[in-house]
Amino acid sequence: MSVNFLEFERPIAELEAKIDELRHVTDDADVNVSEEVDRLQTKSRQLTEQIFSSLTPWQIAQLARHPQRPHTLDYIGYLFNEFEELHGDRSFGDDSAIVGGIARLEGRPVIVIGQQKGRDTKEKLKRNFGMPRPEGYRKALRLMEMAERFGMPVITLIDTPGAYPGVGAEERGQSEAIARNLRAMARLRTPVICTVIGEGGSGGALGIGVGDRLFMLQFSTYSVISPEGCASILWKSSERAADAAQAMGVTAERLRELGLVDGVISEPLGGAHRDWRGMAETLALHLAEALDELQQRDTNSLVAQRYERLLGFGEFRE
Amino acid sequence: MSWFEKLMPSRIRTEARTGRNRGVPEGLWTKCEPCSSVLYRPELERNLEVCPKCSAHRRIGARYRLEIFLDDATQGEIGEDIQPADPLRFRDTKKYRDRLAQAQKQTGENDALVAIHGSVMGVPAIVCAFEFPFMGGSMGSVVGERFARAANQAVEEGIPLICFPASGGARMQEGLLSLMQMAKTSAALSRLSESGLPYVSIMTDPTMGGVSASLATLGDVNVAEPGALIGFAGPRVIEQTVRETLPEGFQRAEFLVEHGAIDMIVDRREMRERIASLLAMLTQQPSPRLNRLGADS
Repeated sequence: MSVNFLEFERPIAELEAKIDELRHVTDDADVNVSEEVDRLQTKSRQLTEQIFSSLTPWQIAQLARHPQRPHTLDYIGYLFNEFEELHGDRSFGDDSAIVGGIARLEGRPVIVIGQQKGRDTKEKLKRNFGMPRPEGYRKALRLMEMAERFGMPVITLIDTPGAYPGVGAEERGQSEAIARNLRAMARLRTPVICTVIGEGGSGGALGIGVGDRLFMLQFSTYSVISPEGCASILWKSSERAADAAQAMGVTAERLRELGLVDGVISEPLGGAHRDWRGMAETLALHLAEALDELQQRDTNSLVAQRYERLLGFGEFRE
Repeated sequence: MSWFEKLMPSRIRTEARTGRNRGVPEGLWTKCEPCSSVLYRPELERNLEVCPKCSAHRRIGARYRLEIFLDDATQGEIGEDIQPADPLRFRDTKKYRDRLAQAQKQTGENDALVAIHGSVMGVPAIVCAFEFPFMGGSMGSVVGERFARAANQAVEEGIPLICFPASGGARMQEGLLSLMQMAKTSAALSRLSESGLPYVSIMTDPTMGGVSASLATLGDVNVAEPGALIGFAGPRVIEQTVRETLPEGFQRAEFLVEHGAIDMIVDRREMRERIASLLAMLTQQPSPRLNRLGADS
């Protein structure tokens, strides 16, 4: 798959185009250009390292939404050797914007739940662009309660622009569905590990995001409102999204500094979309390590510590 | 704004307004926006800021809300010394600090939630109310902490918790910390719920976004004032998304009752008595209505 380059990656894109061209030349003639290709590839790698070492929050936000970025089902394919998807909220329908099921992570059974964006137009529509409706949150809750019942840890993968703002969603209680999950996850008697893999869009993300550990992939974002939304309210112009992204502190690194995120998981050079398998392997290591630690704890102290952690959120003077 | 106010520099204009603005407009006569009736102020006040003609419920501030709901003697405020910080040093067209200072001056509150330990017709309870004029009643760290302390005190005292939300949602200026207040307040409510103590949420106009998707809709009993706008996404956002005009009465309290989201709508003028009676039943106490009848006779 050829990489879609973002605006700020243009110098890399130009270099890669040149490399491609040279390769075609080798196909055509007997000229030996492999040294030149090697040289340019080294240069491209250095350039990528350089550009990616000083990304702005807005550039990271674009990476988090990159069209080729791996989504929940892509990770599920790499992370687990077995996976059975479970459907439906048992009262209204099945929301394709949230997928969930039973899986095996390095031998141990887990419940995995995540928002699913689509890749092509047809799938995007099917997945509602990763924007869940109440039945999605209710399906997630049903699966979490099942996890508790059968002593399985819960792994959630967060990737959504936000909960769906639609008439039907409101009629069926979008607010209540999210709120109920927040309360239930605070008290769930099994380990819960949440990872933001792409976009962590506000309450729609948090609806499957309360747990014992919160990880973020290096180029994922998590925010109370989208940078565009914040800009259009506070700056009266969505064009100021870059400023809003900067001001709100939406990146993994910044949120770790603020003590809201427990760990930042490094991405392959150039971002997760350049190497899906590599990214998934790193993620698997972090999940397994956290599970090892959390599964040793006795359930009462696990829940008590989670409660303390949640009650500790906030910065104020007294 | 009058022609004279337009001439004033904005800073002075703000100050001139704050002097008189306690959530209630001045003057002896006032107009009810929904029914266009001209109302006599003292009569409106006697009617708890509900229009005597059309029963439209006007927005009221947190202190006044608590004053008309609680018994006179209270056991003090909860977390009143907590002050907002500015962890992100947030700045848009204005600094967050300046917005805070302005909101504090305008409302006389240090943040958007007031929590009081008191009683309603003799039934002890912890009661919280949002101050909507304080940055749209938005929930940041102080609101979250006060609410959590209020819930925890309810657990310690073994008494019910009541909240009157009035909020546009999470406070953007505190970034993800605000979002996490949704998790924090919901966690605090999970403990209250496990302790077997009732939580009654009385949603007032407006209850939206992050507040609606956490503490506001988690009541054992969810109540709303008539006509209150309640929802997750704002009507304008929904209209932009679905590209159609929204039905009449969409996201209003009456719409929520119809769709099974809330238990009941209670008129402000009956709120005290009906909630007290509800709390007494939920906590297996004698009826406060009987007590009152006894006291009257």
